[in-house]
Amino acid sequence: MHPAPSVILFTVLSGMGFGLLALLALGAAQPLGLAALLHWGLGYGLAVGGLLASTFHLGNPQRALRAFTQWRTSWLSREGWASVLTLFMLAPVALAAIMGAGLPSFFGATGAAMALLTVYCTAMIYAQLKTVPRWNHWITPVLFLLFALTGGAILTGRNGFGAIMALLLGAALFYSFRRGDGAFAERGATIGSATGLGALGEVRQFAPPHTGGNYLMNEMIFRVGRKHVRRLRIIAILGASLLPAPILVFVPPLPWVMAVAAVIHLVGAFAARWLFFAEAEHVVGLYYDAH
Amino acid sequence: MTALPPPSAKKLGLVIDLDTCVGCQACVTACKGWNDQGYGAPLSDMDAYGSAPCGTFLNRVHSYEVQPEAAAPQIINFPRSCLHCDNAPCVTVCPTGASYKRAEDGIVLVNESACIGCGLCAWACPYGARELDAEAGVMKKCTLCVDRIYNDNLAEEDRVPACVRTCPTGARHFGDLGDPESAVSRLVAERGGYDLMPEMETKPVNKYLPPRKKGAVEASPLAPLLDVQATGFAGWLDRLLEKF
Ligand code: SF4
Ligand code: SF4
Ligand code: SF4
Repeated sequence: MHPAPSVILFTVLSGMGFGLLALLALGAAQPLGLAALLHWGLGYGLAVGGLLASTFHLGNPQRALRAFTQWRTSWLSREGWASVLTLFMLAPVALAAIMGAGLPSFFGATGAAMALLTVYCTAMIYAQLKTVPRWNHWITPVLFLLFALTGGAILTGRNGFGAIMALLLGAALFYSFRRGDGAFAERGATIGSATGLGALGEVRQFAPPHTGGNYLMNEMIFRVGRKHVRRLRIIAILGASLLPAPILVFVPPLPWVMAVAAVIHLVGAFAARWLFFAEAEHVVGLYYDAH
Repeated sequence: MTALPPPSAKKLGLVIDLDTCVGCQACVTACKGWNDQGYGAPLSDMDAYGSAPCGTFLNRVHSYEVQPEAAAPQIINFPRSCLHCDNAPCVTVCPTGASYKRAEDGIVLVNESACIGCGLCAWACPYGARELDAEAGVMKKCTLCVDRIYNDNLAEEDRVPACVRTCPTGARHFGDLGDPESAVSRLVAERGGYDLMPEMETKPVNKYLPPRKKGAVEASPLAPLLDVQATGFAGWLDRLLEKF
């Protein structure tokens, strides 16, 4: 699949934002006054900024509000609802924290659950697609949730918890790479089943339907850069997981230390998300004898 | 609504005969010609006269080579358009309700004035039947020529999809696949029509008819004459001439 920068930016940043909001709402860190304002502001900024970035790739963004109508069937619509509800439900929690007022923990807990539900909905947009076997698996929501929790934990300075999440994330990434490589073959779609001609003999493309490119090929048959896959996988696991984990455990949680850890984590997260798209093979490629 | 309607009794669709299709691309042209001017946004072309032209099409014709175990390879032309699936994943993923399947005849359509152009439906379709129009920013797909088949302003024989009407070899058939007695259903039963990528569980309405079994390459009727053993006087002459 084509790794659109706006979608990569959106999923990484908003995921981190919702993870941060969830941990703040659970009272993971208890910043007061200005610190609280900065923390919550960062959470809201990342979440909202990410959501805005996601509208950049729409053909007709002016109608984006219509995307709230089909929550009964569409994960994209559910994601819209979950994100807006989360931002509303957490507003009083954020205000209470900034003003130093107390609020029953029930508010924070439900808001945190909604924030994680939002991340889950985002992941399910991809995980639901039978057409992309690499995504169509439970590991996809697990990865997205671990990214959110690791990012959020680094930003709140939750050391032990953050380190555990980071290590789990590394394991999940490793598993998703290994499992993903065989996913397409395992699904069983071949040029023979796509054309139905497989029973007659071995099928190969003789001539494509057009000599130029088209939307399908640009969007779903992305092959550039696969040669960098190995290196990027290492960067993803090191950056997102293995480097931040010891920093969280062994270096005192000073703000600049956390900032460095967050940047390293983000580099890994962007590499991982780029791979998530670039490595994903869509079955439509079979018709073009390329996937 | 992007919830799928209960399966309709009437299932309009196409039956494509891979035995007769000659890959002339006439249906591609007819489809683009008709759908450029009526239903919804026209099918745009980008850089049409430049070095990298690219455009929106609702129907494309591939060519494949099949190599059987022990026979000569065969070229098979393969038209590909929306299959109007009964279990259409492109409908349920749509966040806006723009993508829908009609309850009355099963045609899958896009309400362009509600489409935000997110492209998710094209991702959900295994068959590459949906293309986002680069100019209009909305999703385009085969409409089964819904503006022809029910159009009383057209002559009776024109009330079929443009691609079916134009196909010079009669490789495209249109009809109700929900009715087991219809001409298309009988054709499917007779010829062993099949679904594309059944493992995707989309339950396509459109069916493909496999190429008919080709006999072995027939020997020329003149072949025996090539190796005549002369006898009698001719034989004597033959042997004599060989000596020189
Ligand atoms: S062929 Fe593709 S676009 Fe058409 S109904 Fe089936 S899934 Fe949807
Ligand atoms: S591109 Fe349009 S029709 Fe397709 S899912 Fe998005 S809003 Fe629906
Ligand atoms: S039925 Fe109409 S829209 Fe569909 S492929 Fe044929 S000509 Fe194109």
